[in-house]
Order: sequence, then C-alpha cells, then structure tokens
Amino acid sequence: MSILSKLMEAQVCLEAGRVTMPYPFQPRTPPTTFRGRPIFDGKKCIGCAGCANNCPAREILVFDPCQEIRVLKYLGRRCTYCGRCADLCPEKAITMSGEFENGTNAIGDISQTIELFMSTCQRCGRCFDEPTEGKRNPLEKLKMKGYRFDDLKNERWIFRSQAYLEGQPVVDDIAIDLKD
Amino acid sequence: MLKNLCQKMFGRSLWVYHANSGGCNGCDIEVVNCLTPYYDVERFGIKLVGSPRHADVMLCQGPANRSTANALKRAYEAMPNPKLVFAIGSCACGGGVWFDSYAVLGPAEKIVPVNYYIPGCPPRPEAIIWGVAVAAGLVEKKTAPVTFKQVELPIPRYHPEELKGKGELIVYEKAARPGY
Repeated sequence: MSILSKLMEAQVCLEAGRVTMPYPFQPRTPPTTFRGRPIFDGKKCIGCAGCANNCPAREILVFDPCQEIRVLKYLGRRCTYCGRCADLCPEKAITMSGEFENGTNAIGDISQTIELFMSTCQRCGRCFDEPTEGKRNPLEKLKMKGYRFDDLKNERWIFRSQAYLEGQPVVDDIAIDLKD
Repeated sequence: MLKNLCQKMFGRSLWVYHANSGGCNGCDIEVVNCLTPYYDVERFGIKLVGSPRHADVMLCQGPANRSTANALKRAYEAMPNPKLVFAIGSCACGGGVWFDSYAVLGPAEKIVPVNYYIPGCPPRPEAIIWGVAVAAGLVEKKTAPVTFKQVELPIPRYHPEELKGKGELIVYEKAARPGY
C-alpha cells in the first residue's frame, strides 16, 4: 500500500514537471499593476513640495539652501510605495516604476536628489526668504500651526509646532484664547 | 587544496534565521514564499533554521520596538561568527510608517549592524531573492543614488536695478524650460 502510494506520488510529481523559476539568472517582469520604486523626473519637477507634504512615511525632504535653489531628497528607506506622491504631482514628474530589485548593501543607494532653480517673483526678483530654524520669515508666520525645517545632513524631517503650547499665541500678532 | 575546494563548494550555503521584531507578518509570508518550490531558494543552499545558534544570516523584519529590542540584540549575539544581518521590508530598513510612534525605536540598524537592505512593503519574493543573490555574489546590484541638478535658470531674472536710466519698454518672454 505504502509503495503504491509512493509510486502515485512520484507520478504526480513527474506529471507536474519543473516549476521552479530560474529567477536571478533570467529577468522577470512584474504585473503592470505592480507599484515599485518611484522615479523622480527632475526635468518636469517644479518644486512645489506637495509630495513631501503628503508622504505618509515622511521620506521626501525639502530644503532651500539659498533663495533660488530648492533641494528635494527622496530617501526611500521606509517608503511603502503607496503612490500618493505620484498621484498628487501636478506635473506628473513622479512615476511608480516596476523596479523591485533594490537589494543593496548601502541604504543611501536608493535615495534620489533633485536640485532645482525656483522661479523668482517677476516684480522683486526674489523668492521668499530661506527658512531658518530660529527666526521666522513672513511666509512662515502665515502658517498657523508651525513650520517645517528639514535637516538634510542628518536626513531628518522636522516639524515645529507652537500652536498648542500654553501661554504662547499661535501667530505672533494673532492671540487666540485657548481656554474658553 | 581540500580547504579551498570545500570553501568553494560550501561557502555560499547560507542558513537563515528569521527574526520578526514587531512587523505585520507581511514580510514573513514573503520570506516563506521564497522557500516554496516556485521560488526555490534551497538551490542556493539557503535553509531556514529555527535557532540563531545554527544560523549564518539573520533576516530582520519589523522595526526595533521598545519591547523587542533586547530580544533582537540577544538573538544577534547568540549567532556564531561570521554573521550577516539582512533588513527585509521598509520597517527594518527605515522604521516603517509608524516610525514616530512611542513604541518604535527606529530601524533595525539601531540595534544590530545591518549588512544588506531589501526595501519594499512587503518586498516581492523576487526582491528578497535578488537581495540574497547580491549578498552571495551571484548578481550585481542595480541601484545607485540619483542626483539631478538644474544647470540653467528656467526663467530669466528680472533685475529692476539694471533697468535704470534706459527709458525703454522691455518685454520679458518666458524662456522654454529645458526638457520641453
């Protein structure tokens, strides 16, 4: 009985043939609906930083080193490939590619950096002031809840909020009474 | 002679131990999927073992949690030298989407030194096989950091100070942006 069942098992295995794929030696294309690594096209990017504001993993950093240059850095370490950045990009500069072969020995290999010239104001010839950690420029003062200051050196995303600190007004010139 | 032959024959059979330190079980399923006949990784000599004392490679999945960090460190110290650590998934590579939670200390490299990173949420079984094949020297890694730099200003600057004393009307036209 047992020999017969083994023979039947062997026949089933022989009928199935070889199913193992010769994967790393032959390329394999994922299905078209697969979302892989996002590819940032610097030629189309306008530097609006909408992707950075809407990234759930906070993996896209924005930094303005001077008045006219904006640096966007995609780190990709904890990117979940959700595709929100590609969905939101007004210029369609971000495409979700089918790349999945991202295994590497240095985590910096999957980062992408875009350095852009920002358009200047046609009247005064400037962009707005560069953001600094201590002082706040008029644009940042307009923001109600706090301000962003990304740390490119340490690859950190920093958001400082002063909205709900006790005894501190939300904006310098508007005092909102928190205790009602 | 015999030693060299043995090193050539047995040098690349990695025994892996998979340590989940608080992931969502998605990467575990993909790792187990690699061991199925379809993506048979045992043809490279890779075998899943149950104890870190038998293992050459630790597959870290999930971020370093506050409650599991000690256990992860102890499992790493229990492995015999030489040892490798693979971080599989975006949680182990960068901390995951819950990176700012009170319970998450950060990526796995905060606790144990990580040698290879396989990003993805979860990575495809092919991506895991690719990362292991990069580590075993079967294939070359594909990823490299990408940097894009704009070299010319897309829009001409308007300098009011240069226009003084000319007394003529100057019409500025928007120059064609590079790449269009």
